[in-house]
Amino acid sequence: MSKNENILAFNPENFDTQNIELDLLLQAVNMKYGYDFRNYSKAHLKRRILQRLKLSGLNTISELQNKVLWDKEFYRIFLQDLSINVTEMFRDPDFYLSLRKKVISDLKTYAHIKVWHAGCSSGEEVYSLAIILKEEDLLQRTQIYATDINKSVLETARNGIYSNKEIELYSRNYLDSGGTGQLSDYYTSKYGSVLFDKSLSKNIVFADHNLVTDGVFAEVNLVFCRNVLIYFDKFLQNKVLKLFSDSLSKRGFLCLGTKESLKFTSLEDGFTVIDKKMKIYKKSQI
Amino acid sequence: MTRLVVVGASSGGIEAISTFLAKLPVSLNIHVIIVLHIGNNKINTFLTQLNNKTSFLVKEAEEKEPIIPKTVYFAPPNYHIQIEDNQTISLSTDVKVNFSRPSIDVLFETAAWVYKDKLIGILLTGSNNDGAIGLLEIKKHGGKTIVENPKTAFSRTMPYTATTLFEPDYILNLEDIAEKIAELCNE
Repeated sequence: MSKNENILAFNPENFDTQNIELDLLLQAVNMKYGYDFRNYSKAHLKRRILQRLKLSGLNTISELQNKVLWDKEFYRIFLQDLSINVTEMFRDPDFYLSLRKKVISDLKTYAHIKVWHAGCSSGEEVYSLAIILKEEDLLQRTQIYATDINKSVLETARNGIYSNKEIELYSRNYLDSGGTGQLSDYYTSKYGSVLFDKSLSKNIVFADHNLVTDGVFAEVNLVFCRNVLIYFDKFLQNKVLKLFSDSLSKRGFLCLGTKESLKFTSLEDGFTVIDKKMKIYKKSQI
Repeated sequence: MTRLVVVGASSGGIEAISTFLAKLPVSLNIHVIIVLHIGNNKINTFLTQLNNKTSFLVKEAEEKEPIIPKTVYFAPPNYHIQIEDNQTISLSTDVKVNFSRPSIDVLFETAAWVYKDKLIGILLTGSNNDGAIGLLEIKKHGGKTIVENPKTAFSRTMPYTATTLFEPDYILNLEDIAEKIAELCNE
């Protein structure tokens, strides 16, 4: 029996009422809306949900469940609460430096390259990757699928318009990641915003994809999924890693967040380590 | 369930944590998780130094790592650290809390939910407001709360803020905290 089927069983060891409420809420959201958060990190979910309780003046998660089920607008807000949209351009510059050195040369041997950027959020890291591919003269022959569960952040990603508040940090990150020009070569500034060059996004398809419930949609040479798996429990991490493995071509690359790892997962044996610290892996031939 | 001790510290924290851990009796069967606001390039040197000073194993916490007794875990710089129901650690890149990531409140709150009365929370020196709300959450869930004496702390703001919010179980000078932990564990 899978873990999910167990979730509503009687458990004399665990009579924490709030945890019961949380499980019931996640069950309800899945039944009504088809978003399955049951194998997300409970600590993360609980923090976000209790924050919403406070903001809405509600007393219990059961009261919140009532609103989530009957009030569409409230559900929309609730869904935003649960998604993580903290990102930045060239986040962890050392990772991008390693990507340039250890992955790009390999990709150059391919006539066509397909990349899946899973959990791309508002797109800052998708544009980062596109800039690197452009500088390495690979962007023309690359197709990038950038997906996220959250449609409203995908809209931001598609537009490629960001506030210039963080641009100083992004420029520094870009240079630290081995950039060969200036980040400003790739955007135009207007009214406190920056608009990224449309030539970068020409080969990017932004699409709605749910890692928990949706399956393989293409065979790709590189899967890029950073700081998404940390929000999942071990069971779901293994399931999603299997999805990535099934989506990768032979000798395809997998890039995870710097605190994520294949260590102790069911996929450890199917991959070789390319950069241990930066969490870059390569699918084994068999 | 083995007792968990959670510690939060900010400015002056390196010295305070060194002092605290050096005095912690080896015989105690506890685990310790610490949020210290410290830069990315400083933490490794600090953890190596600590390992030489204490008989507990001191390490940076890893994603989904089970919490093992006689071990001291530090939150990695730039990640929140959370405690899951199955007594494992999870990390998060979620928005900063109290202008901090890692945030002491995030550790204290999530630890309180799981460890309840098996938890001891300690708030040490610091010049911001992180940790006070989390410490109150520990108290509400039946855990014990210890605040470093603001009068003798390197930086008084953080422990002082907690005392304005509620009455902690103990307000102690830094040197006396380890002994109190031993006493609470032997009760």
